[in-house]
Amino acid sequence: MIDKFVASPETALADLPDGATVMIGGFGNAGMPAALIDALIGQGARDLTIVNNNAGNADTGLAALLKAKRVRKILCSFPRQTDSWHFDALYRAGEIELELVPQGTLAERIRAAGAGIGAFYTPTAYGTRLAEGKEARRIDGRDYVLEYPIHADYALIKADRADRWGNLVYRKSARNFGPIMAAAAKCTVVQVRETVELGALDPEVIVTPGIFVNRVVKVAPSLQRAA
Amino acid sequence: MKKLDKSEIAARVARDIPDGAYVNLGIGLPTLVADHLPKGREIILHSENGVLGVGPKPAPGEEDEDLINAGKEPVTLLTGGSYFHHADSFGMIRGRHLDYAILGAFQVSVAGDLANWHTGGADAIPAVGGAMDLAVGAKKVLVMMEHLTKKGESKLVERCSYPLTGARCVNRIYTDLAVIDVKPDGLHVIEMVEGLSFDELQRLSGVPLKRLASAA
Repeated sequence: MIDKFVASPETALADLPDGATVMIGGFGNAGMPAALIDALIGQGARDLTIVNNNAGNADTGLAALLKAKRVRKILCSFPRQTDSWHFDALYRAGEIELELVPQGTLAERIRAAGAGIGAFYTPTAYGTRLAEGKEARRIDGRDYVLEYPIHADYALIKADRADRWGNLVYRKSARNFGPIMAAAAKCTVVQVRETVELGALDPEVIVTPGIFVNRVVKVAPSLQRAA
Repeated sequence: MKKLDKSEIAARVARDIPDGAYVNLGIGLPTLVADHLPKGREIILHSENGVLGVGPKPAPGEEDEDLINAGKEPVTLLTGGSYFHHADSFGMIRGRHLDYAILGAFQVSVAGDLANWHTGGADAIPAVGGAMDLAVGAKKVLVMMEHLTKKGESKLVERCSYPLTGARCVNRIYTDLAVIDVKPDGLHVIEMVEGLSFDELQRLSGVPLKRLASAA
């Protein structure tokens, strides 16, 4: 019998090793798996490479993981925000490596990893400093830059509901990077608001089929947000 | 001369958006355009984080942290709106499905190069977000900006001194002084604010401008 439900965020992340590449879903706070990030902070793994759209907001969640100096490198599109002070301080002190990736290229590199694509040409960033040193090619009169997939060891994402097979539905714009990160990681761990019986999710509206999901943790609504 | 304020620039941009258009409003100044879309036109706003049919700001107390725009502000969804993941969202952008992207700018060159993501300063932390995707992907890129910097320097330049967001991507520029089209042979002034002469606009801009016969 397949049962991907796991008792706690701590159990779900117990085997995450030092040096892992970890995708973390969310765009700002929407879709950020706060309980899983808190568990990762408690778990102690270090020297991590993190993939997220941002580089942490205020003092909780990803920002707290950065502050704890557990992250060696971050791949993101938009690190600098009014409340990204923990990232800003580490970056200015040279204590974190930044790979800045245009947001659509970030999404497509993640998607490519999950879809078995070896590399792809995108028009984004051609002629800019973010394309420096990258292979370029003119196809049908348009210029493109070669980009490679981003694979991860773990993806930590947030969905709204899941069944024990790991089928997922999301809520509003909290979906964002969830479905593509789920497919791009060797081990995908999902924080959900509600677990439901197999068959309770309409097959026509399942967004992420369970094949992309390894572990599901139900998190009480009061713990869904960053503390 | 009567310069347009930010809200008036936004209203001027909004007038040019036709019924049925799919539009992405960049962070900052362009978000004001949403408040001025002409009544009676169905215009569908796209947000990079996976929303088509972005509606107005929610009433106080009605905010939903799962429903935000690219600027991470709470929004609502229009009837008929939809949600999708990030790769689909940027597929819409790069795949030339959006009719307009309306973006802010530090500088625009006479060739239509756009610089809007990074000042290039040694201590500046770069952040690009979706700007480069929007610059290359939308069918038309409209720039909305003040004509001059706070120091009085023209934001229209021969070559951008700031790092580029995209090369030759801007179609039209709306400033507090004028509306200017970027064409293969240079910048064409199609409107100026009341009381501004073409010669004065030319002097302030510092790059060669062409005057459309019908420009007031």
